[in-house]
Amino acid sequence: MIAESLYQELILEHYKHPQGRGLREPYDAEVHHVNPTCGDEVTMRVRLGDGGKVLDVSYDGQGCSISQAAASVLHELATGSTVGDSLAVVDEFTRLMQGRGQVEPDEDVLGDAVAFAGVAKYPARVKCALLAWMAFKDAVARSSA
Amino acid sequence: MTETLFDVERIRKDFPILSRELPGGRPLVYLDSGNSSQKPLQVVNAMRDHLEHHYSNVGRALHVLGSESTEAYEGARDKVAAFIGAPSRDEVVFTKNASEALNLVAYAFGNPLAEDERFRVRPGDEILISEMEHHSNIVPWQLVAQRTGATLRWFPVTDEGRLDLSGLTELVNERTKIVSIVHQSNVLGTVNPVAEVLARARQVGAVMMLDASQSVPHRPVDVAALGVDFVAFTGHKMVGPSGIGVLWGRREVLEAMPPFLGGGEMIEAVWMDHSTYAPIPHKFEAGTPPIVEAVGLGAAVDYLTSVGMDDIRRHEHELTEYGLAALAEVPGLRVLGPKTAEGRGGTLSFTLPEVHPHDVGQILDDAFGIAVRVGHHCARPLHLRFGIPASTRASMYLYNTTDEIDALVRGLHHVQKVFG
Ligand SMILES: Cc1ncc(COP(=O)(O)O)c(C=O)c1O
Repeated sequence: MIAESLYQELILEHYKHPQGRGLREPYDAEVHHVNPTCGDEVTMRVRLGDGGKVLDVSYDGQGCSISQAAASVLHELATGSTVGDSLAVVDEFTRLMQGRGQVEPDEDVLGDAVAFAGVAKYPARVKCALLAWMAFKDAVARSSA
Repeated sequence: MTETLFDVERIRKDFPILSRELPGGRPLVYLDSGNSSQKPLQVVNAMRDHLEHHYSNVGRALHVLGSESTEAYEGARDKVAAFIGAPSRDEVVFTKNASEALNLVAYAFGNPLAEDERFRVRPGDEILISEMEHHSNIVPWQLVAQRTGATLRWFPVTDEGRLDLSGLTELVNERTKIVSIVHQSNVLGTVNPVAEVLARARQVGAVMMLDASQSVPHRPVDVAALGVDFVAFTGHKMVGPSGIGVLWGRREVLEAMPPFLGGGEMIEAVWMDHSTYAPIPHKFEAGTPPIVEAVGLGAAVDYLTSVGMDDIRRHEHELTEYGLAALAEVPGLRVLGPKTAEGRGGTLSFTLPEVHPHDVGQILDDAFGIAVRVGHHCARPLHLRFGIPASTRASMYLYNTTDEIDALVRGLHHVQKVFG
């Protein structure tokens, strides 16, 4: 069963118990991204501090387990990190997702996000996994602008 | 209980795709016919035979192939006309799909070329649809409203998934130009009470159209008995090919309408500064039509007729009863639409608590080869009405079995285990 490789325990855990969910104040930028093909959506806020520190990533949204778990994992990875480091993770995650299952993920960079490797084999679901991560990138760009 | 003579195993043999294996050796359980149906060999062979032996353009070629192709194309029109009880073959217009048929009619409203009062639309006039429409029967009317300043209104839907007719006399009033509603909902399965709405539309002189995309494939439909002005449906949902749809319209109303698309075959004579138009149905068929697709649709209605539309309806009714009872066993599952099989077709849409439809569909497909549709099924306003972003839909047809419903229910239990 292929589904087993898609629905990793870690993904299901984050879906059932999302980390850092809910929109919080204060924030520097807020973005709203949707995936028109399936209606998944996420609203994301970032709060940056001195030295490019990511003080908070807060979000709310609705959608499938992949999109919601991806937002939760992103929150964990980015909060407390720096803009530079977190964007490096976003880049590596994007590379993995767009690799059609052919890309060897860099676990050191990705941490827990490596659980999404199986999603890359499902072109229809790649956008679900990327939704929150693209929103984060967008929000960071807007708050540094 | 009467023993049904419906031999579903024999029917399944006509559809080779149903016995294919999916990667990993999974059998296919196809529960997505509401989206598009599979095709029997009879249709495939008729199209192939036409391409191999008779194909040429229609209407304009004088040679043998031209006349054979024209005969086949026009013969398909005769078959479709007979299939839906059209008083005249000329009332059957071939389009690309149901969406085009709906747009064709919508385009006539508020069109400056329309001289007939019924198609004149002024600000303050009203267009009436319902909350359970497919986008194809919403957006064309929004466009008319935007072009003309008319007001778009809609019948609400009850919690049970029926058309709410409590406001009928107010909603259908002297300002109403057209009432266009779905005959059978592609999400709820609900079959709407046409006569009651039509009676009121007639009182106020409004035109009435039915989107029969989900009824013509599944139950006997007689357009003359229905008594409405227009009926739209689509070939690919009725074991025919994609690329062809049908607009049936009452002769007198079609004749009162301006053309839709301009081009070859829809004209009588052309000068540099103006044209006169061919009589119906050709007035509405500009350009080379979907020839082979029409042949395929003709074969499709032959096939459905040979099985028997009454028997198909009965078979699907039994599947619906079985399916509703089986789904009721799945903890927390909520069916959208009527909870009994009365006045309803075999479209079973539902939600599962805490599991998004995309995850449901993914696991059903990956683990069990069960093909369902997930999302809003081109009926977003209806989903908003029920306060949900999406649903999972299992839709049945003549070739489905109770075993397949059992497989679906087993699959749903598995989904709940994964997300439990
Ligand atoms: C009720 C209803 N109306 C209209 C359509 C549109 O059909 P088509 O896409 O063939 O134009 C569909 C099918 O998608 C439908 O279910």
